[in-house]
Amino acid sequence: MALDAGLVGRSYPPSSPYEVGREKIAEFARALGDPDPVYVDVEAARAAGHPDVIAPPTFAIVLSLGAGEVVLADPEVSIDYSRVVHGEQRFVHHRPIRAGDRLVATASVEAVRSVAGNDMLTTRVDLTTTDGEPVCRTSSMLVARGTA
Amino acid sequence: MSTVVRYADVEVGTELAEQVFPVTRADLVRYAGASGDFNVIHWNERVATEVGLPGVIAHGMLTAGLAARAVTAWAGDPGALVEYSVRFSRPVVVPDDGVGAEVVVRGRVAALQEDQRVRVDMTVTSGGEKVLSLARAVVVLS
Repeated sequence: MALDAGLVGRSYPPSSPYEVGREKIAEFARALGDPDPVYVDVEAARAAGHPDVIAPPTFAIVLSLGAGEVVLADPEVSIDYSRVVHGEQRFVHHRPIRAGDRLVATASVEAVRSVAGNDMLTTRVDLTTTDGEPVCRTSSMLVARGTA
Repeated sequence: MSTVVRYADVEVGTELAEQVFPVTRADLVRYAGASGDFNVIHWNERVATEVGLPGVIAHGMLTAGLAARAVTAWAGDPGALVEYSVRFSRPVVVPDDGVGAEVVVRGRVAALQEDQRVRVDMTVTSGGEKVLSLARAVVVLS
């Protein structure tokens, strides 16, 4: 079924804080096969001007996926997850995510569209520290194939 | 923070070294665990084909993450990447044949912006087909 255009702008309650750990960052960098030492070596990260190891720029997807679940769980957002593929993704970093960050994710519906029988849902997630410092904004467009 | 490539040394048209990344089923399992994206189309051939895909496909964000690697390796500082956007135009099919797929990343400087920001446009292919379109990164160079 088609998504209701009235969903655009709907915002969801902020997530509980996600504590970014060195091991999780290292695991993510390994999954990308990325050998950059600033992801795993605190001294290398400090030498590069960071207070602790930083996360690869696409690490924000971990929090974005988690936060986006509240949108997919909304009974008014009817999407068959087995038919979903990722259509577009965007990140805007205010600064790198780093170990020790306690990040709160706030999800909202940025856009809905139906094109050629496919439903498209764009979810925005704003990541801020628990102190309110903006860290990253992500926009994820999901395509539910053949559901509109 | 300081980058290896300096703003003064790049111009529109500067090309990044081509990078080739192999992607196997094991990589998909590892990425699923690290990212938390356990969508069955990334590990289950039966479900993937039932929903009309040619087979198990890579997570779009794995492909995008590899493409970002090419940019951060070039810049010399992953913290320099401030904006990144991709459109997933075609799935990367990863066969269970012991070889897998290959993701090839090319990039060129497309624009010099204020505040030492540089836009890099990427061409990302697998099996000769474009798998990401409008793949763009903005890095702040020193």
